[in-house]
Amino acid sequence: MVPVRVQEAAFDVGAELNEFTDRMQGAGAVVSFTGLTRDLAAGDLIAMEIEHFPGMTEAALGTIREEAVTRFSLQGALVIHRYGRLAPGEVIMMVATASRHRADAFAGAEFLMDFLKSRAPFWKREITASGADWVAAKDRDEAALNRW
Amino acid sequence: MDLRYFAWLRERIGTGHEVIETEAATVAELIEELKARSEAHAFALSDLGAVRAAVDQELVEFDASLTGAREVALFPPMTGG
Repeated sequence: MVPVRVQEAAFDVGAELNEFTDRMQGAGAVVSFTGLTRDLAAGDLIAMEIEHFPGMTEAALGTIREEAVTRFSLQGALVIHRYGRLAPGEVIMMVATASRHRADAFAGAEFLMDFLKSRAPFWKREITASGADWVAAKDRDEAALNRW
Repeated sequence: MDLRYFAWLRERIGTGHEVIETEAATVAELIEELKARSEAHAFALSDLGAVRAAVDQELVEFDASLTGAREVALFPPMTGG
């Protein structure tokens, strides 16, 4: 199984996590994070559109994943991220990490999330009845990188 | 040089891809050249605090050299996850 996947199609989080876990013989901990398409405060999100930079996206995610594996001595790490048009509540992405002890798996998953949020070339746009708005990056996303 | 634009930069410039001749030595010089190309380019690139760059698919700072570069991509801060 390829540890970094960028795809338009939906995927089964449970099946992916089970398959990942089955391959992590010897690990003592598996941590996973699932990102969902969140509705707007007004509850009027029709869809989220995710644009990406084919080629660079896979390369950037691969680099971030390798850095996490090295830094936290992970036995494995999985990143799946979707692009295209997603309905509210749909799964956008997941990461899973495995390590001997839980602290590394938790830290590795947070590291992956912090870096893929602002260092992998994805751009989100929220579609409502009144139009489409690009999601602005938050200062705290950039600040989150400084703790590593 | 192949240029690629994404998200609102692509929309403001009006295309996701163009090919130009340039002698620019750095990304910053290239951006200055692009701003002179059209009002749309100038508008899209008016706030460089909201622009990020990649040379041959590697994120770089604006002072990065373009020596040997085949492709430059310009885009807003990324919003993955």
